[in-house]
Parts: sequence; C-alpha cells; structure tokens
Amino acid sequence: MTPLANYLLVAALLFSIGLAGALTRRNAILVLIGIELMLNAANLNLIAFWRYGPHPEALTGMMFAIFSIAVAAAEAAVGLGLVIQIHRHAHTTDLDAMNRMKG
Amino acid sequence: MSFVFYVLAVLTLAGGLAAVLLKNTVHCALALTVAFAGLALLFLELDAQFAGFAQILVYIGAVAILVVFAILLTRGSETPKDGVYSRNWFAGLVIAAAVFAVLGWAVLQSVSGLPHGPSVAPTVTVLQIGNALMSRYVLPLEIVALLLTAAMIGAVIVAMHEKERAK
Repeated sequence: MTPLANYLLVAALLFSIGLAGALTRRNAILVLIGIELMLNAANLNLIAFWRYGPHPEALTGMMFAIFSIAVAAAEAAVGLGLVIQIHRHAHTTDLDAMNRMKG
Repeated sequence: MSFVFYVLAVLTLAGGLAAVLLKNTVHCALALTVAFAGLALLFLELDAQFAGFAQILVYIGAVAILVVFAILLTRGSETPKDGVYSRNWFAGLVIAAAVFAVLGWAVLQSVSGLPHGPSVAPTVTVLQIGNALMSRYVLPLEIVALLLTAAMIGAVIVAMHEKERAK
C-alpha cells in the first residue's frame, strides 16, 4: 500500500460516512453536517494528490482545495440560513415532516 | 506509513462517525469539530501548511460555530420522539455502503498505478501561494470573491424577518 492509497481510503470512508449521515438523518442541520463531511473528504483527496503527484510545485491541487474550502463556507452559510428560515416558517427542521413545496 | 497518520485517521473517522450517529444535535456539532480538527492535522501531515491552517480558520472557526448557532436558533437539540433517523434510513445506509464499496474497489484496483511523488516534502511558502493567487489563479480568486459576497447577501436576505408580509 502506498501512502497515497491510504489517504484515498480514509477519504472514501469519510465520504461514505457523510453520505450515510445525509441520507439517514431527519434533522436538516444534520444533513448539512453530512454534506460538509463529504466536501472535506474531497478536499483530503485533492491535498493528497497534490502531495504525492508528480508536480507539487505547480500548486494545482492545493489551489483547488483552497477554492473548495471557500465555496464550502459559502454553501454552509446559505444552507444554514435556509434551515433557519424553514424553521421559522414550518416550526420544524424534520425533513420527513416537510412534504410540501408550497408553504 | 507513519504512526501519526493512523492516529489522525482514526481520530477523523471517529469524529465523523460520532457526528453522524449521536442523538443529541449539539454533541453532533462538537464531534464534527473533532473531525474537522483531525482533517486539518491530516493536511499538516501532508505538508500543506496553508490549507491546514485555512481549514482550522474556516471550518473550526466559522462553520462549526454557524452550525451551533443554527442548532440553538432552531431548538434542534431536543431529541424528536419518533427517533433521529428518517423513515427510509436502511436504503440510505445501503446506498452509502455501496458507494464506499465502489470507491474502495477503485482505489485498491489502482494501487500500482498511483503516483509515488517526491519522497522529500515539497516546500511551499505562503509567498508562493500568494504569488500564484495573484497571477495564474487571479480569475478564480475574483470569482470566489464574488461568490462569497453573493452568498453573504443571500444568507442575510433568506434569514431576514419579513415583517411586511406578516401583516
């Protein structure tokens, strides 16, 4: 096993944990937490490929990870704002209880 | 592989598992912080100092705090009486296991073809990252700046009280 393969396996496991959380939890905030874990697993892949790739001095993977972190922060802000607004409107964050698109 | 890697991997995965499995939502947010910290340490182990500290600043400093605020504002820490898992949790679990099987199979199949890279750690200074951001990656940087501004305005507008509609 090369070091890169170990990092890729850890990232795959973390991605699956996040996916399981996003698919099985009721609370909308917990679903967002699962999505954040999936994004972080992707970042770990990017950094690992940057470190063990043939040209680390080109900084491509590192830049990709930094931009991905910025986009994930924007996603978290908008997502949590939406959850707060939905809670104000429907008085619940239970996704199974939200079965209508029209309020 | 070093001993440090295994410790950090176990810490990260345990944090992620706890964030997904715990019943109390506040405990989930704290476990998520542990997972983020483990990931930041993994980045440092991969000699990506800037990304590691950016991870600590952005995720532990901002996203985890945002999650805690959202939990407190929505009173999400109360455990619902009909369980914390959704009705079709088994299908979700099967899908996640299948995804992990495919990903793990793909990684294990391609172990021999993976690049080994330089054995010595590449030295990347913040000066180099700044130069790259201002020269080659200047257009993505501007787009990210625009995206963050739009997301901030959007989040404020979405979460704002609509008083005129309440009348």
